[in-house]
Amino acid sequence: MTRALLLLRRRLVGSVFVLLIVVVGTFLLLEAAPGDAVDAYIASTGGDAGMIELLRHRWGLDQSALTRLATYLWALLHLDLGQSVTFSRPIRDVILERLPNTLLLMGSATALSFGLGSALGIYAGARPGSFRDRLLSIGSLALYAVPGFWLGLVLIIVFAVDLRWFPIGGIESIASGKTGLDRAADIARHLILPVSALGFIYLALYLRMMRAGMSEVWRQDFVLAAFAKGLSRRRIVLAHVARNALLPLVTMLGLQSAQMLGGSVVIESVFSVPGLGRLAQEAVAARDTPLLLGIILVSAVLVIVINLLVDIAYAFLDPRVGASEAGA
Amino acid sequence: MSPLRRFLRTPEAIAGAIILVALFAMGLTAPLFFPGDPHAIAGPALLPPFQDWSLPLGTDRLGRDVLAALLHGARTSLAVGLAAAAAALAVGAVIGTLAGFAGGLVDEVLMRITDAFQTVPSFLLALAFVSVVGPSLGVVVTAIALGAWTGPARVARAEVLSIRERDFVAGARVIGMHPLEIALREVLPNALPPLLALSSVIVAAAILTEAALSFLGLGDPNRVTWGGMIAEGRAVLRTAPFLSIIPGVALVLTVLGVYLAGEGVVETAAVRRSLS
Repeated sequence: MTRALLLLRRRLVGSVFVLLIVVVGTFLLLEAAPGDAVDAYIASTGGDAGMIELLRHRWGLDQSALTRLATYLWALLHLDLGQSVTFSRPIRDVILERLPNTLLLMGSATALSFGLGSALGIYAGARPGSFRDRLLSIGSLALYAVPGFWLGLVLIIVFAVDLRWFPIGGIESIASGKTGLDRAADIARHLILPVSALGFIYLALYLRMMRAGMSEVWRQDFVLAAFAKGLSRRRIVLAHVARNALLPLVTMLGLQSAQMLGGSVVIESVFSVPGLGRLAQEAVAARDTPLLLGIILVSAVLVIVINLLVDIAYAFLDPRVGASEAGA
Repeated sequence: MSPLRRFLRTPEAIAGAIILVALFAMGLTAPLFFPGDPHAIAGPALLPPFQDWSLPLGTDRLGRDVLAALLHGARTSLAVGLAAAAAALAVGAVIGTLAGFAGGLVDEVLMRITDAFQTVPSFLLALAFVSVVGPSLGVVVTAIALGAWTGPARVARAEVLSIRERDFVAGARVIGMHPLEIALREVLPNALPPLLALSSVIVAAAILTEAALSFLGLGDPNRVTWGGMIAEGRAVLRTAPFLSIIPGVALVLTVLGVYLAGEGVVETAAVRRSLS
């Protein structure tokens, strides 16, 4: 337990610096954007020059860049991301409202790609160089070459337009009045296509990593020893080879979370899932830069938290991790 | 065996090479076969493919030639993919080399910046950058490179850490070369091979990111892009799905070609290394 805590403490300190750099970066982007929050506000509501002056002063936009950065940081410390002009509500509330949908989409897609990907990877890696191994590795490469948004459209054409098996988009049936399990089943039905589109792209990555890892492990002496002991091939594949190739995949789970979030932007737009990604696209369309940068900040925090969780899981799975620090 | 013949030994590499050659041919000959504006109206709207041989792939909602758009789109995809990957590799190589060679505080600062860029989803970063600066070819290339340089930087740094202890670096120090000159002229070129192995993945990712950006309407509005074509086809998904499917297939083939050729190159290099 101390191992995990020590690791966590060191990672947290590093994360604070990283987050600070992200904040300064987003602030610079905000500065680079043509026009400021007042221009955006006036453009949507109308107002005269006096009104503009007043608002600039009230929102602190007539201060120097450094003062504004300090104000921005101070507000962020209080979890205040500012006001969204398009929604006329605090950005934090808008984001928090959309976040669960994205987490649900990402979580399911990750489970799909990790589960099915590593299973198929074990199937391919069990007999290196065999026909099924070659077929699966070419197939996974082809799958990895498919743009997620296009796969989503193809799934819509086949399963929603032609076969009418699944709804075309959205997160649940509008005003259906469903509650409890009925509602959960309804949401699941809506999520099957977007989760498949997002999950199948990244499935290839886990498949290939599993397969590559297993081909390394096959050469180790302990595999030979296991054969000499007379263990069944099935047992050797699952308990010895696959098990030792699994750990790098856990690391990949954390590293991929940022990619997954980026991928969900397009997938959510294709399937009109009201999540963080769709919000990002709405922010772009409405030129609501503060909202867009708020989404980036929240995503960065999310990625950091996921990686911390993966690190802790890793410390539990592999006793060597962090052992040197606990001993010191 | 010559490197080219060794490269063409596996069926995967041959397939990749054929796809890429065909693609470059498409991109280069687009202005010859379709000299006019690909945005110009060429025939009746929503003509299905293989009906009229003067418009073999049919027309879109506004009656524009799909084949002409496809060829011009190949130009954009390849240009953006190659330019963004080249920029990402160059920036990553320089930053990684400086971090690894300088060590200490410089290394620490540069690597924390790398961490920060890896923490922000690269697609969101590209989206924000293009939407703030405004879509044009150069901006799209920069936006993609912004999210792609971190991988090469890490690889370059790891290489440099092992190279900087070698004798020829010590030799360069002894003859009084400036550290910056040693880093960029002696160490960097030796750290390049693993970076080049990474390049096919980066080109492929850049092409996919460009497609996704233009799908969301953030591509260069003056150019035909495959992502933009897919987005246009989306409006008539029920009646004319071919408008979304054709450019998508082109995208898949392109990225697959890049991957396959890249694997071929890596394998060729690996064989050469094991031979020598």
